[in-house]
Amino acid sequence: MSASVLYDSPGPKAVVRNRIFSVLGSAAILALIVVAVVRLSSKGDLDGGMWDIFNYSGIRTNIADAVVATLKAFALGAAGSLILGVVLVVGRLSDHRPVRWLATAFIELFRSLPLLITIYAIWVGFLTDYSMWALALGLAVYNGCVQAEVLRAGINSVPKGQREAAYALGMRKSQVVATVLMPQAVRAMLPTIISQLVVTLKDTSLGYIILYPELLATARLIASNTPVNGQYPYVSTIVVIGAIYLAMCLLLSALATWIEKRGRRTKTGISVGPAAVPPEVQGASDAVGGSPAGV
Amino acid sequence: MNVLFDHFSAFRDGFIGTLEITVISTVIACVLGIVIAGFRVSPVPPLRFFGTAWVTILRNTPLTLLFLVATFVVPEIFFPGMSPFLLASLALGFYTSSFICEAIRSGIGTVPVGQAEAARSLGLSFSQTLRMVVLPQATRTVIAPLSSIIIALTKNSAIAGAFSVTELFGWQKAMSDLGYGIVPIFIWVAIGYLIITFAISGIFRLVESRMEVAR
Repeated sequence: MSASVLYDSPGPKAVVRNRIFSVLGSAAILALIVVAVVRLSSKGDLDGGMWDIFNYSGIRTNIADAVVATLKAFALGAAGSLILGVVLVVGRLSDHRPVRWLATAFIELFRSLPLLITIYAIWVGFLTDYSMWALALGLAVYNGCVQAEVLRAGINSVPKGQREAAYALGMRKSQVVATVLMPQAVRAMLPTIISQLVVTLKDTSLGYIILYPELLATARLIASNTPVNGQYPYVSTIVVIGAIYLAMCLLLSALATWIEKRGRRTKTGISVGPAAVPPEVQGASDAVGGSPAGV
Repeated sequence: MNVLFDHFSAFRDGFIGTLEITVISTVIACVLGIVIAGFRVSPVPPLRFFGTAWVTILRNTPLTLLFLVATFVVPEIFFPGMSPFLLASLALGFYTSSFICEAIRSGIGTVPVGQAEAARSLGLSFSQTLRMVVLPQATRTVIAPLSSIIIALTKNSAIAGAFSVTELFGWQKAMSDLGYGIVPIFIWVAIGYLIITFAISGIFRLVESRMEVAR
């Protein structure tokens, strides 16, 4: 903590004070947890039977199916959003005014609307019988707009000289975008793009509202269909499903952090690490040390 | 057109509901976010750990799941019979607090260490350093991300409508259940949200331009 803006390196008095706060803080946090657990168990939410339901093979198959359904919607939505993002950013940076306006209006409209509203409208209006496609399309439209803005920021961050040099070499505009600007933009923005994919993954849970049987909808179904001693196992189901979501999102975030680290290491294409360490060793240590984002 | 004029009072209630839940959960999120950010930068390890766990868990959980938690778990721990509005505001506020915490923390992180060192060597106390040196500089960096977080909160409040809170998504659902065409409904709901989000970004732009200084 020596490099903290707020706190100087603690002296003897501050060390004592910090210890006291540590003890008090731990006690308060523990007390909160204990109160929660006691209250829940006194209502019977933590009984063994509530957790036994996850031993039934039927429920396990349900959860596995739901994970697959979630990942399916996520894959479709993510792929669609990336494609749409590229299309929209090309439109937004177009030389033709109508195209530019159209792309800008599309991005501004769908980016500032709640995703749920869009998904619901698509589902009710056009794809009532295909809730997976409605969900995937909604995810693609909303996140595509966000990805387009991310890519635009990336393209704007490419030094002007790159573009000028490419034009000076006689490249056409499409070539400049496809071979010079886009690769650098994607590379600079990869961590942000993946963070947005984490958002996409979390947003698949909106499928629950349009009756798509993804993880959250299945959780609710399990909880309301398997009463144990006349009580519904909402608490245990939410804990289990929450853990699954957390694991999936953290894996994706870890990927983003790992890529960010790699990107930082060789931003200029020149090894910036200490000269004594050969690049292979550095790569290996990075691969091991990828910690999830936000930690 | 008809759908709005036939059900204008319901639309108005929904619009006000969206505003209310946005304001209340923004307050909850800001208070919690500041507290948790304080935990995360504090020199006390358990509090730092608690802050980190808070942010990691809340940022990586779908908001819809938090609404389920608010509906089915929170009433078991606290008082049964809390209103859906309060529970939804709590879910939304808790979720957003993790983002606000991160924005504040990175805002504090952008203040150069030398500023605080200089303040300390001038003999300013901790609270003086915080109040007169660190916070004024951190606030300016925080405003832009804060505006997008609060706009995201406004958009996320739509999920509350699916958990029986009166707001605009609920109106959309009710109208489409009544058999009105989805496109006009969508347009009116969209306008409702656009008014709110434009107002928020306008307010923040105003604040930002007022606080602007040459660096």
